[in-house]
Amino acid sequence: MADQTLPIPSPFEVPQTGTAAFLEWLHDWFVTVDHKKLGILYVVYSLFFLLVGGFEAMCIRIQLIIPHNTFVTPEVYDELFTMHGTTMVFLVGMPILFGVANYLVPLMIGARDMAYPRLNAFSFWLTAFGGLLLYFSIIGGFGLYGMGSAPDIGWFAYAPLTAKAFTPGHNTDYWALALIVSGFGTLGTAINIIATTISMRCKGMTLLRMPLFVWLMLIVSVLTLVTITPLTAAQVMLLIDRYLGGHFFDIRAGGSALIWIHFFWIFGHPEVYVLVLPAFGIASEIIPVFSRKPIFGYSAMVAATVAIMFISLGVWAHHMFTVGMTSVGNAFFALSTMIISVPTGIKVFNWLATIWGGRIRFATPMLFALAFLVQFVIAGLTGIMLSAAPWDWQLHNSYFVIAHFHYVLVGAIVFNIFAAIYYWYPKVTGRMLSETLGKWHFWLFFIGFHLTFDPMHVVGILGMPRSIYTYEPNRGWNTLNMVISIGAFIQGIAVLILVWNMIRSHRSGEMAGNDPWDAWTLEWATSSPPPSYNFATDPVVRSRRPLWDLKHPNDPDWKYEP
Amino acid sequence: MQHQSGPISIRSGLLLAIFLLTGACTAWADGPSAIPNIFAPSTTPAYEIYYLALFVLTITGVIFVVVEGLIVFAIFKFRERRSDPRHEPAQVYGSTQVELAWTVIPVIIVVVLFLTTARILFAVQDEPEPKSALNVTVVGHQFWWEFRYPSLGIVTANELHIPTSTEDRPDPTFLRLLSADVDHSFWVPQLAGKTDLIPNHPNGMWMDPNTPGLYYGQCAQFCGVEHAKMLLRVYVDTPDQFAAWVKNQQQPAVDAPDVAAGRRIFMTEACVNCHAIRGTEAQGTYGPDLTHLMSRATIAAGAADNTPQNLYLWIQDPDNFKPGSHMPAMLLSDQQIKQVVAYLTTLH
Amino acid sequence: MTTTSVPIFADESWRLPSRGTVAMLSLIIGESAIFTIFVVAYIYYIGRSVSGPTPKILDIPIFMTVCLLSSSFTIMVAEHAIDHGRMALFTAFWALTMLLGIIFLGGTALEWRHLIYIDHLTIRTNLFGTTFYSLVGLHATHVIVGLMMLSIVLVFTLLGRINQSHAERIKVLALYWHFVDAVWVVVFTVVYIVGR
Repeated sequence: MADQTLPIPSPFEVPQTGTAAFLEWLHDWFVTVDHKKLGILYVVYSLFFLLVGGFEAMCIRIQLIIPHNTFVTPEVYDELFTMHGTTMVFLVGMPILFGVANYLVPLMIGARDMAYPRLNAFSFWLTAFGGLLLYFSIIGGFGLYGMGSAPDIGWFAYAPLTAKAFTPGHNTDYWALALIVSGFGTLGTAINIIATTISMRCKGMTLLRMPLFVWLMLIVSVLTLVTITPLTAAQVMLLIDRYLGGHFFDIRAGGSALIWIHFFWIFGHPEVYVLVLPAFGIASEIIPVFSRKPIFGYSAMVAATVAIMFISLGVWAHHMFTVGMTSVGNAFFALSTMIISVPTGIKVFNWLATIWGGRIRFATPMLFALAFLVQFVIAGLTGIMLSAAPWDWQLHNSYFVIAHFHYVLVGAIVFNIFAAIYYWYPKVTGRMLSETLGKWHFWLFFIGFHLTFDPMHVVGILGMPRSIYTYEPNRGWNTLNMVISIGAFIQGIAVLILVWNMIRSHRSGEMAGNDPWDAWTLEWATSSPPPSYNFATDPVVRSRRPLWDLKHPNDPDWKYEP
Repeated sequence: MQHQSGPISIRSGLLLAIFLLTGACTAWADGPSAIPNIFAPSTTPAYEIYYLALFVLTITGVIFVVVEGLIVFAIFKFRERRSDPRHEPAQVYGSTQVELAWTVIPVIIVVVLFLTTARILFAVQDEPEPKSALNVTVVGHQFWWEFRYPSLGIVTANELHIPTSTEDRPDPTFLRLLSADVDHSFWVPQLAGKTDLIPNHPNGMWMDPNTPGLYYGQCAQFCGVEHAKMLLRVYVDTPDQFAAWVKNQQQPAVDAPDVAAGRRIFMTEACVNCHAIRGTEAQGTYGPDLTHLMSRATIAAGAADNTPQNLYLWIQDPDNFKPGSHMPAMLLSDQQIKQVVAYLTTLH
Repeated sequence: MTTTSVPIFADESWRLPSRGTVAMLSLIIGESAIFTIFVVAYIYYIGRSVSGPTPKILDIPIFMTVCLLSSSFTIMVAEHAIDHGRMALFTAFWALTMLLGIIFLGGTALEWRHLIYIDHLTIRTNLFGTTFYSLVGLHATHVIVGLMMLSIVLVFTLLGRINQSHAERIKVLALYWHFVDAVWVVVFTVVYIVGR
């Protein structure tokens, strides 16, 4: 479908000759509106902050490796865990997933770019600037203890701790402003993805023929519209309190601490679905290709995801079982949370049915996708444990919760991000990543992940709360914390192997060609890397797997697809 | 009201299985332990939660074994082998019956789970307060706990004393949870699930501990820089011990003549702005009540043991134990601090 | 790989919804969520101010409201006009819409001047002040942004650069204006009817 007579250079290839050429190359990256380049910018930006957030996690784990440690002061520790959470959610999770979507969605639907390329670029730079603003607080935020203080109020920033009376410096303001700015960027990208998937599909691609990754990004983008905006509203209210003398969360004026908690989790819960649904989309692309079968139950997968989107708007107070809602309120949210496990389980079973009867190839992308599947089941089950409200009265704010959500964020989402990198890096750069280094990365990360997050469940059951910079030595938590910290180091090494793999393979990786994995969706129909116009002629499709149809003209999908 | 003691064979078999599975070093401790294990309950609420947890663990355990088992089995059985023929495997698109099955079965599981959860939820949260219950008002501060016993006329800090409550002598304690500043959370795992202390939003919780001893906990809602050192000690006393403790707490402060110098320093320095010592001019409420300071095992909400040496270091500069606590360094001379400590150590 | 080897539909035309409308509807959904949070805060805090002026001091802004809601009607006439290429009519009603919006903003300004200087209600007075100025102010901000966009279109129209082929895009912009009016219906009801 894409006719080319000239080799397409990798987007990263720096011209060899002269400063002028280099500056022009750099300039091109700054002004680009090409969805592919913007996608790459998002991913590179996020991987940088993954290292920063990982460094913060390392510092946290060093401080907690033994009781009464003095590696960092309590003030610095509070900044570390606040920045770790804020960075990982807003500067890594969201941008990398929207970045991957930016790159792939137009290709997968046979379009030449997103619906609004300039809005796309604007959104990226807003998001990027928001992140830089957040980190500028380290030097710019005049904190209680002198110059420079990153936010230290927790990533959830509960009022009234964030009131000027309790947090007089500027660090809270950097937190609020940075996220407001990057929130608008996210909103722009969400609008763009919705407009693109609805209005720019190539001929023949009905909604029910879109790749599942595209479907999930559409659903995620719709969810984002009503997810990020409550946070923006609450943060504006916080700033009104702090700077205009407002009383939204001012206890003495009759304001409510509870209302912040509600608003934050009205954002916070759907937010985790915004993070996990793209990961599901990635798995739904990779698992079929490496099982050599189509996804089992495509329509059920779509329906289940739409159900998850709606239900996720009604479960937020399961983060609030201990704040003193009525028993009826608690029961309602316990029920809604349990209900969301049904469509989620449907998705797990469909992935299982996809590999069932297949011919599984254990390339690195599939290793990460299979580990995701195994780990996500565990994450879902600990989620069910947390949904049993009385049990949550013990588990809430303990390390058990940290274990649960890292099982989702790392065990499901980061694993899928790694799978996506190994799977689509050849398309983006034209070269394969090293399988050997990939397997080292996988096994080290898998071992480190389990060493860290499995014992965390136990230490939570033994009564260790979260957000503490140290702990008493006689509580029975010492050995477990040491094991947890060691696992963190191993994960760090694994990620460095990935970074090395990505840099090295760019020069000397095996040439990939259009379709190294023998896959079936439209992005594999064009060159690796694609030309700036994506396809030489507009594709026309007749089924969910247009390349399968081309490769199997006697046995095309459109004859059998329900 | 009393929870069942003594093993029932199915339950202990379950217990054993689950503990082995999780490999948890959960000491099956009967009674209080330094390890605040949520699976070592000593009260009805904690036991009800424990029972619910076992129930949920059993169901999720079965789901885990079945689903993960199928996944691992599939990974092995359907892996590509070199001997495989070159064509693709059968392309299966879906099956409505199968989709229905794995929708209906989870729905049934959810119904079962929810009904049990709801029963225990209402039983624990909506437990009516008997007239005879002991009432304690807990006020959360950055970074210490204030305990007031309104019916007994007692005010103390950081170390809570409550009586045992048994079937033949029920004496549950009902806590009223308030906050003087930001959000906190009262969590003593062996005695109950946690409940938050939210300013302007009074909360309640109850406990009926059956085994006397010392139970540990700490603040479980991030409340600022010394959240980690807002520790809790709950002494569950036998009825006699409790009566003795109450009687002592109700007395005004000891007024020993030989520490008059230290007492004078205390009363004329800024100490009285924050601290109260009943029976003296000190009526401050910002910091802990010190009337019976020496009846407590720790100072600074558990940050240090209550010894003269630590009292000296604390008064000299609270940053020695708890940087960020709201008590300022009092800038007293070495002599003055020694005298104040001598005074404080008489406050039994 | 050419297209002829892939079977295509014989007679079906391939029509997808206009991306402008989809994008604007998405923006409206997002903005509605922001307004919802401010409305919820307003409602939650009704009657909870510890001291200071209460909503009783508010005068129902009937004239302002009629102006703003009429502007939805006038912009509809303008949309219809440009759909049929009647540029003079379009220009007139577009300008009339803007005028009605400006009157609305003027009314808000007068109301606020009265509240601040006579009734002594500011954003920091009490909960009522905080929630009132935030919610009504958020809406007014959206009106201002809308007016800015409308004025850009008016300038281009007066320069003769707008014609019938721009009808689609004009209608997308008008959708935003309708949204602003719809929000006012909600804000008006919550603040001046329910809250008083």
